[in-house]
Amino acid sequence: MTELTGTQTAPAPSSSMRIDSIPLVLFAAFAAAPLLASASGAEGYVLSLLTRIMIFGLAAMSLDLILGYGALVSFGHAAFLGIGAYAVGILASHGIEDALIQIPAALGASALFALVTGAISLRTKGVYFIMITLAFAQMLFFLATSLAPYGGDDGLTLPNRSLIAGAGLLENDYAFYAATLLCLIGAYLLSRAIVTSRFGRVLRGTKENAVRMEAVGFQPFRFQLAAYVISGMMAGLAGWLMANQAEFISPAFMTWQRSGELIFMVVLGGLGSLHGAIIGAAAFLLLEEFLPEILHAASFLLNDDIRSRLTENWQMVFGPLLILIVLFARGGIMGLLRRPHHG
Amino acid sequence: MTATLLLIQTLNGLQFGLILFLIAAGLTLVFGVMDFINLAHGVQYMIGAYLIAAFSAWTGGFGWGLVLALPTALAFGLLLEVLVFRHLYERDHLDQVLATFGVILFLNQGVKFVWGAAPLSVPVPDILSGSVEIADGLLYPVYRLAIIAAGLLVAALLYVLVNFTRVGMLVRAGATNPQMVSALGVNIKRLFMIVFGFGAMLAGFAGAMVAPILSVQPGMGDNILILAFVVIVIGGIGSIRGAFLAALLIGLVDTIGRSFAPNLLRLVLDPSAASQTGRAIAPMLIYIFMAGVLFFRPSGLFPVKR
Amino acid sequence: MAEPLLELRSLRKNYGALVVTDHVSLSVRPGELHAIIGPNGAGKTTLIHQVSGMLPSNAGQILFAGEDITHLSMPQRVKRGLARSFQITSILPGFSAMENVALAVQARSGSSFRFFGNASQEKGLNGTAMDCLSEVGLGARAHIPAGLLSHGEKRQLELAIGLATKPKLLLLDEPLAGTGHDESQRVVETLRRLKSRLTIVLIEHDMDAVFSLADRVSVLVYGRVIATDTPERVRENPEVRAAYLGDEEMV
Repeated sequence: MTELTGTQTAPAPSSSMRIDSIPLVLFAAFAAAPLLASASGAEGYVLSLLTRIMIFGLAAMSLDLILGYGALVSFGHAAFLGIGAYAVGILASHGIEDALIQIPAALGASALFALVTGAISLRTKGVYFIMITLAFAQMLFFLATSLAPYGGDDGLTLPNRSLIAGAGLLENDYAFYAATLLCLIGAYLLSRAIVTSRFGRVLRGTKENAVRMEAVGFQPFRFQLAAYVISGMMAGLAGWLMANQAEFISPAFMTWQRSGELIFMVVLGGLGSLHGAIIGAAAFLLLEEFLPEILHAASFLLNDDIRSRLTENWQMVFGPLLILIVLFARGGIMGLLRRPHHG
Repeated sequence: MTATLLLIQTLNGLQFGLILFLIAAGLTLVFGVMDFINLAHGVQYMIGAYLIAAFSAWTGGFGWGLVLALPTALAFGLLLEVLVFRHLYERDHLDQVLATFGVILFLNQGVKFVWGAAPLSVPVPDILSGSVEIADGLLYPVYRLAIIAAGLLVAALLYVLVNFTRVGMLVRAGATNPQMVSALGVNIKRLFMIVFGFGAMLAGFAGAMVAPILSVQPGMGDNILILAFVVIVIGGIGSIRGAFLAALLIGLVDTIGRSFAPNLLRLVLDPSAASQTGRAIAPMLIYIFMAGVLFFRPSGLFPVKR
Repeated sequence: MAEPLLELRSLRKNYGALVVTDHVSLSVRPGELHAIIGPNGAGKTTLIHQVSGMLPSNAGQILFAGEDITHLSMPQRVKRGLARSFQITSILPGFSAMENVALAVQARSGSSFRFFGNASQEKGLNGTAMDCLSEVGLGARAHIPAGLLSHGEKRQLELAIGLATKPKLLLLDEPLAGTGHDESQRVVETLRRLKSRLTIVLIEHDMDAVFSLADRVSVLVYGRVIATDTPERVRENPEVRAAYLGDEEMV
């Protein structure tokens, strides 16, 4: 695969207590946030932003599982978001609105897609792998745009959020927030277990030196494929949540730009730490949300016309920011947090 | 009826394929010689289209516009190389993907900033306007034929450059074995700049050529970039010959697939189902094609390295 | 005479017109230390690659413990008891020495498709890994990240990893390459100890080591085996002397 030489290694026994406390603080903050939200006066807005952050955090973390621990640069991960979302949309438009059916369907479809495309993609290496995962995602994207009965290009508005065993529990934004947080924590714990398990150790070993792993008797392909499937299923779950939050699905859920954003979130947070991906997603979405306002405030010396144009074109600042982060902040946010401890 | 439609669609496919080749040629060289994955190659195409729009409006003619647009596209490509890309050659592919993704975000917004979000249109040059009868009662726009001719001309030029000049020899050697080239004492940095600038200019040329038949708008390079990647991956990274063949294949498969898939499916499905599935499958065809090629040949049709 | 553990029959590897190994026939008896020597570029490493399954062969047959393994993959061969070390050190630099070895132990003990339980705390794996590390004299360095070990220690680690796969036969590609005097002495001592328990195929440039350790020696020149015999008789073989003429390493 593309080389990600030893700048990042999986948590060694020596990693400090402070690092291990980060996920605790993070999840505690997510758990406490609704209280603050209700005090802020704009609770709808705050809740929805935070829910969105958690959903993208889940998707980015699923990517980190194969990217950070397996060095598999999947440039088509948004496809799984799309699969999860369309599982909601397609089933709902046939009258099946219960999450107890939708979620298994979303996970099953994601797993199947990952199994088939992964089996083909993992035959290739390096740039070819990046490109073929991208191509498969594009394939699905175009399929979605031509699904006329399910909205085609324009997408589909859902009548309501999914039911749970027939009850409309998720209609309440707080309940949906809690459900999302539960999914995120569950997926985090599962991923954490996986990366330290026997399976995860083989995956990490393959990332460092695939030939060595073969020479002691492992077949890397099988482990990489299994990791790809697990990762795809988690992203599919994120897609299910995403559709439910927006109460809308569209092919835009799986554009290649979205796949690029997911990679960016993982790298921004720091590869190969799981919670780093969640922090990266939070940083990305907050930046996207508030950069226009930050720019507006920061450009107070300029005249109003330029100021408004700058605010409107905030992506012109976002792009170079991205380049600078890649060039100068290796290791991402987690890298910055870790640095003082390594002296 | 079907035969003439097939002829027209073949010409359209050829024209599309050649445009793809102009973009893919630079991409595959940059990839092959520098092992550099440049997502921002598509914005060069967009820049080419915007430049021709601006210059042909300013000079009042497409020809003069092109004369100004090409060197500007070249200069712009070199500027990007010096400012951003040069610092990424030594990085891993992941960093390259991200940083050039940042360049896309910036430039897509940048053209909006300069020219506004509304699509621009470029008039077809007078001497190339109108249509010509290519078969009994079958008219085909002259300008599209001109694109085909220009594409073939550039392909031939490239063939000569790559196969019969010193720079071309170095480029071929570089794609096969970069260490060897630097061991020969060649100034690799300069070679990279030449390859990069040339690739950027070709993409800009492609953008300029299609400007009169497409609308010039922000983000227009994004989807064609993905297609160009499909082309070079199918062709084998670093192979001009592979890119040429794959570009034509993709152009034809896509164009003909879109217009004939529903008809073909009608043989096995009822008409409404056929047109629906046909429209669903057609845009996926090239990706299925690519997956198929990579399944059997994981390094493309004409693998260059090793 | 016992049935050979490893038998190569007319093995050949070529890249187009360039023939790297040619009609290599060789049999390795159980329990012996069989050295393969030859001038640079003779095709020794290529031969090891072919035997270990890293490179496919163009012609010929490889038999291991009576089974034709010519078309098996590297992991499949490892499972049958054929381990190797690499000439250019190939370890997992970010993992501790212990984990490098524990992974090899893991490969042959139970399924690795286990998604729960901390692998680095598994006593069964770590215990065996520790034994292998002690065997090569790296016991005290078990918890150092492998990337930080000295060059010689990395060579020893390679050996420990090979041992951990519980091989019937160990293919060693220049285990002494680039090691200092003391380190190389340690590796030689380790090999001498292992010799009694394992069949070993050793490629090595250090002739002192080869002649003090080997039971039999094969000489590979331009991809062909020109002699296979006891060290003393190989040393006197005129054809071998001719091939090494001017090569001071040959005594």
